[in-house]
Amino acid sequence: MEPDPKQERKGKRDGWIFFFAGLIGALIVGWIIFPLLLYSERSQPLNFSHVKHGPESSVGLDCEECHFFYEDGTFSGIPGLKKCIECHEDPESLYTDSPEEVKLFTNFIEPLKEIPWLVYSRQPDCVYFPHIAHVKMAETECRVCHGDFATNHTLPVFKVNRLTKYSIDIWGRNIAGYRKNTWDRMKMNDCAACHKQQGKEHNNACLVCHK
Amino acid sequence: MKKRDSAKGARYGMVIDLDRCTGCGTCTIACAAENNVSVLYDESDKTRNINWLKIYMLTNGKAFPHTEVVYLPRPCMQCGNPPCVPVCPATATTNDSDDGIVSQIYTRCIGCRYCMAACPYHARDFNWFDPAFPKGMDRYLSPEVSPRMRGVVEKCSFCHHRLMSAKSKAYFEGRRDLREDEYIPACVEACPTQAITFGDLNNPKHRVSELIKNPSAFRLLERLGTEPKVYYLTTKDWMRRMADNYLQGESKKEGNRPEKKNG
Ligand code: SF4
Ligand code: SF4
Repeated sequence: MEPDPKQERKGKRDGWIFFFAGLIGALIVGWIIFPLLLYSERSQPLNFSHVKHGPESSVGLDCEECHFFYEDGTFSGIPGLKKCIECHEDPESLYTDSPEEVKLFTNFIEPLKEIPWLVYSRQPDCVYFPHIAHVKMAETECRVCHGDFATNHTLPVFKVNRLTKYSIDIWGRNIAGYRKNTWDRMKMNDCAACHKQQGKEHNNACLVCHK
Repeated sequence: MKKRDSAKGARYGMVIDLDRCTGCGTCTIACAAENNVSVLYDESDKTRNINWLKIYMLTNGKAFPHTEVVYLPRPCMQCGNPPCVPVCPATATTNDSDDGIVSQIYTRCIGCRYCMAACPYHARDFNWFDPAFPKGMDRYLSPEVSPRMRGVVEKCSFCHHRLMSAKSKAYFEGRRDLREDEYIPACVEACPTQAITFGDLNNPKHRVSELIKNPSAFRLLERLGTEPKVYYLTTKDWMRRMADNYLQGESKKEGNRPEKKNG
């Protein structure tokens, strides 16, 4: 029997519909659902407010008060509990009525337990990053790499890649690799691109940043 | 890949006085401890164990009482013209930094071991096993040096992390230049007879620059043109002759003298 040409055309059209439905489905899974599944969300042990402590606040601390350099040139990074206790010494006289301050005393200061901060910018083991070379010698602003932390009222959610265990701030939030701000991603190529842009290409030699 | 200009920047090198070396092995231990070198289930398996700084025992082959022994510590020579670099298909080892130290990036290495075949000094070791440390020793690991995984090659880095630490400290004090004693590798620091001198070969004020002018200074396999930055000193002529692959009857005056070449 001869195939009905009408029937054949319909079959072809159906084929295309299924193809596109499948393609769109695959794109949604690959570009939206998978990236969502890839990262698990964790919140910080304490909601620290940079704004309440910072230079503009009533406390009026300079950034360097907590994020300072040691005499050997290493960086304090996120300060230890000792730094908090310097001001938060008496659980009877709280500075605010924030539950976070109570939490600071009950969970950490009283049992003298370091706060297990989740570090957004933790680099892999093979990376050596001297803050002093960037902040002091090259006069780079903190926000160039870290974003506007100083104006944060709350700490952002910490998203960690389930496979690599690196923070999303290293990998970049945009799955297509699109980067608007310098602080959107912290991968090797971003470091290298900045070195190049600053005319410091010699710092892209492997051993400068790898250990 | 960019080739570095050896006259620019620093060119760190070492001078090892073989007449002073007693072969005690302190440098190799200091090196392994400093650089988180893992410990094998059986360290006597010399085909598998890892040694960034190996000590060779050389004798003049004569019967007693004319026997003479020289102990020769051998780190990576940080060649100015390193044969290991161009063979690497992964660009995991390069000679592009401003300090003349040949890099080895473990996370980039694919473990093909071409570099091991190319290195004429056997300065490279392969990780046959996952890194392991005897119980309790893991507490002494240094956070300054990244651990290596199974399947990659490692080698001496002249304790490059110490250079970085020294630089950070200098930056804190607002300096960019390092003093001679600010950066020295662990082996140099540990040597009880102070047989090893370390410094910048490009800096005429550093002691190494003076020492390499010594007529008894030489480098290993100099005729290969690898331009090693590790120099040796010895007064023993037979040792000098061992340092290069001379043919029988070839004059010892030929070659094997430090040339005024940069590398
Ligand atoms: S073993 Fe590693 S460093 Fe050596 S040549 Fe192969 S990839 Fe390069
Ligand atoms: S001694 Fe061997 S590993 Fe070291 S730079 Fe020379 S060729 Fe490369």
